[in-house]
Amino acid sequence: MSEAVIKATDICRDYVTKGTMFKKGDVVRALKGVSFELKKGETLALVGESGCGKSTLARILTLIDAQTSGDLEIDGQKIDISKNSPTSAMRQHVQIVFQNPYGSLNPRQKVGEILEEPLVINTDMPAKERRELAMAMLLKVGLDAVHYGRYPHMFSGGQRQRIAIARALMLRPDILVLDEPVSALDLSVQAQILNLLADLQDEFNLSYIFISHDLSVVKYIADRVMVMYFGEIVEQNTRDEIFNNPQHDYTKTLLAATPRASIDSIKKRLGVDAA
Amino acid sequence: MTDPTLKNIDQDVVKEEARKARWSVLNEFWHYFSANKGAVIGLCIVGFMILMAVLAPVIAPHDPNLQNRDAFLTPPVWQDGGSWTFILGTDAVGRDILSRLMHGARFSLFIGVVVVTISLIGGIMIGLIAGYFRGWVDTLIMRVMDIILAFPSLLLALVLVAILGPGLVNAMIAIAIVLQPHFARLTRAAVMSESNREYVTSAKVAGAGHLRLMFKTILPNCLAPLIVQATLSFSTAILDAAALGFLGMGAQPPTPEWGTMLAEAREFVLRAWWVVTFPGLAILVTVLAINLVGDGLRDALDPKLKRS
Repeated sequence: MSEAVIKATDICRDYVTKGTMFKKGDVVRALKGVSFELKKGETLALVGESGCGKSTLARILTLIDAQTSGDLEIDGQKIDISKNSPTSAMRQHVQIVFQNPYGSLNPRQKVGEILEEPLVINTDMPAKERRELAMAMLLKVGLDAVHYGRYPHMFSGGQRQRIAIARALMLRPDILVLDEPVSALDLSVQAQILNLLADLQDEFNLSYIFISHDLSVVKYIADRVMVMYFGEIVEQNTRDEIFNNPQHDYTKTLLAATPRASIDSIKKRLGVDAA
Repeated sequence: MTDPTLKNIDQDVVKEEARKARWSVLNEFWHYFSANKGAVIGLCIVGFMILMAVLAPVIAPHDPNLQNRDAFLTPPVWQDGGSWTFILGTDAVGRDILSRLMHGARFSLFIGVVVVTISLIGGIMIGLIAGYFRGWVDTLIMRVMDIILAFPSLLLALVLVAILGPGLVNAMIAIAIVLQPHFARLTRAAVMSESNREYVTSAKVAGAGHLRLMFKTILPNCLAPLIVQATLSFSTAILDAAALGFLGMGAQPPTPEWGTMLAEAREFVLRAWWVVTFPGLAILVTVLAINLVGDGLRDALDPKLKRS
């Protein structure tokens, strides 16, 4: 639990809007110097409101976009994809699961092809071995091997998210970036997927970066929590510290905004209303 | 790495399931397509045309180019003076119109297939590059396409044929060039909307290169509008080729091409109605049938029109 698998120092990301003939383009700084460490086997939750830079950070960590400045170290290796494009060895470290399982699976590919695609691109494994690996992974995420030949539209949202998780795990990554993986699912399915993620974490010794705006989910799965506000990390601490003893004003507001369904809180609210 | 539970999986069951999945996709397509009665009728007519074209040498009663000196401008069988030897009558040099129409179907379908193939492949390539890479490449390509689109299509085809020289092959090339910008624009628009989808990003995270992203990830998801456009262009190609033939710039006599037949018969319009009516009808029916099929395909393939 001690070694850091991701070490980010002062990561900035600017978006430049296109200028016109008479006006220079504006620069919007989406990330303003983000620094954090992710330790092996832990779940680090990233919470914050819409547009605060959570997904931008996720795209940098998964090597989709390059950071404008700052250092990113993954498994002790310095990575800057703006200088040299990522190799398949780098890709095998970090994978991502997206929020919307209806958009993240290619509708024209069968489940088997979806799962095997990362192997086809990054390894030269023979077809039979790939097939076996894909089927084994389907079983691991709680699906059935007969689902191998079906198309994504034949599955429910929860099942699709399982397929997306299976695809992310095909390359045996150490780190999984989960970009709101349960926000698009209904409540009972959310719980199943969260349990699945917890089981897989134990089995593959994964480190998670769990992006969410749902604090009840974060409370359930996270070891540590980072709170992000307008491109900055305003507070990072262990889960219990964040929930019981928030330091920053924004964290307090965020926690206060969470709806509570306990009898006490309802009584308290009703009492206030009655008075 | 192999899981012990894998041993229990019957591979045949998995294969059967994959086959079933493919069938259900086809089934769903047919369900939406057959809901459109016009499309089914169109499909029947097109099937009949294809059959006629393929079997033309066998079922045609006469040689299409044989001139019967004793039967100039014979009227069709149901008119006074008509005979069963020439069911749809003969033209000014005594050639059997029915046989010529049957052989003409071969030319028309051949024109359609060749023109659509050339313009489809060209348009997909150009549109894919423009939509995928964007930037100045996109601007350059689309401005050139806009220039081609700015000309009236038949006029541009005429100019091209005038440069290349009259003939069926040159006419096909000219029509293909004229039709190709439509495919390029359609592909570009579809590629631009698809490349922002998350499954493309996740293929990128998996390490897919440009070619794989373009052809394996994005292109299969852009095909639906292209298939519809290809069908509709098929009829446009037949129509344009007939028009070029009529103007003497397409197939040259004595080729039994429908447009050329019309041109040859022009001077007999008032004297012998059948020499112009039947080739014209053949063009009309074929184009109409193909357009009906195109409409049906749009109903079946366009996700916006799908009622689920």
